[in-house]
Amino acid sequence: MKGFKIIKNGILNENPIFRMVLGMCPTLAVTTSAENGLGMGLATTFCLVGSNMIISLLRRIIPDKVRIPAYITVIAGFVTIIELILKAFFPALDESLGLFIPLIVVNCIIMARAESFANRNPVWDSILDGIGMGIGFTVSLVLIGSVREILGAGSIFGKSFLTGEMKPILIFLLPPGGFMILGFLMALINKITNRTTPIRHCGSCPMNCVGRSCEKESVA
Amino acid sequence: MKEILIIIFATIFVENFVLSKFLGVCSFLGVSKDLSNSVGMSGAVIFVMTVASAVTWLVYTYILAPLDMMFLQTITFILVIAALVQLVEIVMKKTLPRLYKALGIYLPLITTNCAVLAVSILNIQRDYTFIKSIVFGFSAGVSYMVAILIFAGVRERLELCDVPECFKGFPISLVAAAFVSLAFMGFSGLFAG
Repeated sequence: MKGFKIIKNGILNENPIFRMVLGMCPTLAVTTSAENGLGMGLATTFCLVGSNMIISLLRRIIPDKVRIPAYITVIAGFVTIIELILKAFFPALDESLGLFIPLIVVNCIIMARAESFANRNPVWDSILDGIGMGIGFTVSLVLIGSVREILGAGSIFGKSFLTGEMKPILIFLLPPGGFMILGFLMALINKITNRTTPIRHCGSCPMNCVGRSCEKESVA
Repeated sequence: MKEILIIIFATIFVENFVLSKFLGVCSFLGVSKDLSNSVGMSGAVIFVMTVASAVTWLVYTYILAPLDMMFLQTITFILVIAALVQLVEIVMKKTLPRLYKALGIYLPLITTNCAVLAVSILNIQRDYTFIKSIVFGFSAGVSYMVAILIFAGVRERLELCDVPECFKGFPISLVAAAFVSLAFMGFSGLFAG
């Protein structure tokens, strides 16, 4: 029952994109189609679950002072694994995600979970937290990707539904469309759930927040 | 010379790091609250990016490539950047206390700023020479500064606006960023061919 709660927390209450607003770079950059969003989401989930597991296992061994470099090393290890897997088995996806696969290392979500969850919770809970957060991230990416793809390319998961004279609105596939769709979706979700998403001064960076004044805001 | 000029202008305007490549968006949205913070942060970013592209280029060319360990690129680069930021912080604190006071609080933010890692990786991907890498790193930093300064101005205006409740905070900033990014789209195709 507790495990279910942890997973649900990642998907709804602390959704990394729409609630915590972490990891904006991949969110905006790779969501030009639902498929890319799905790929990115799953790749990040893999790294998140793996690093949460290892960091939770090592949480009594890693000295407090060097924990950030230690976390980065663990995360970078998993990112290298997924990088090589994608290159070997999914070259098309690797091509379209490109630069943003190695950049999973600096995705704030993974660091934030390591710092605020995995280093103070047992292994099994940390794995579940990774799964929940990963699903939350993936679902959000697929949602943004689908909206952008429907509006910008006139297709769903690569299948075009346009007929005759209909033309897609290309701007939604371009960078401005990314910012705009994310803004509107976030507002819509705020409207439904009756909440707001204030901007934190720390630049959404979990490392800067930890142990400082804005900890309460960002690490719920 | 011409190539270097093209790198500078293309990086700053045509493929602006923040507004058309979405690199460093987190800190872009978080720090652009007011102008002085933005200046401090972008100064630190320019500095670290320039130094990081030089160091990671050297590490890749003289250590990773001869040993045939290119697959360790990601892990090496992020550690080099993390160590570098720490080093810069310590050295700056001792030798340039004034500059440290201005930029110091932004330095820890930079390790997880994806733009820095992206510059280092792009240098290698695009086969830049040592000089070109440094120029690219510097102009990427400048492109970050241009974007964040323009956006800080927009944000200051937004503060005064009566925004619907659900749009407050991030959503309206993202929509505003969309329009700034739209303006930068006007530069696209400037150096094509």
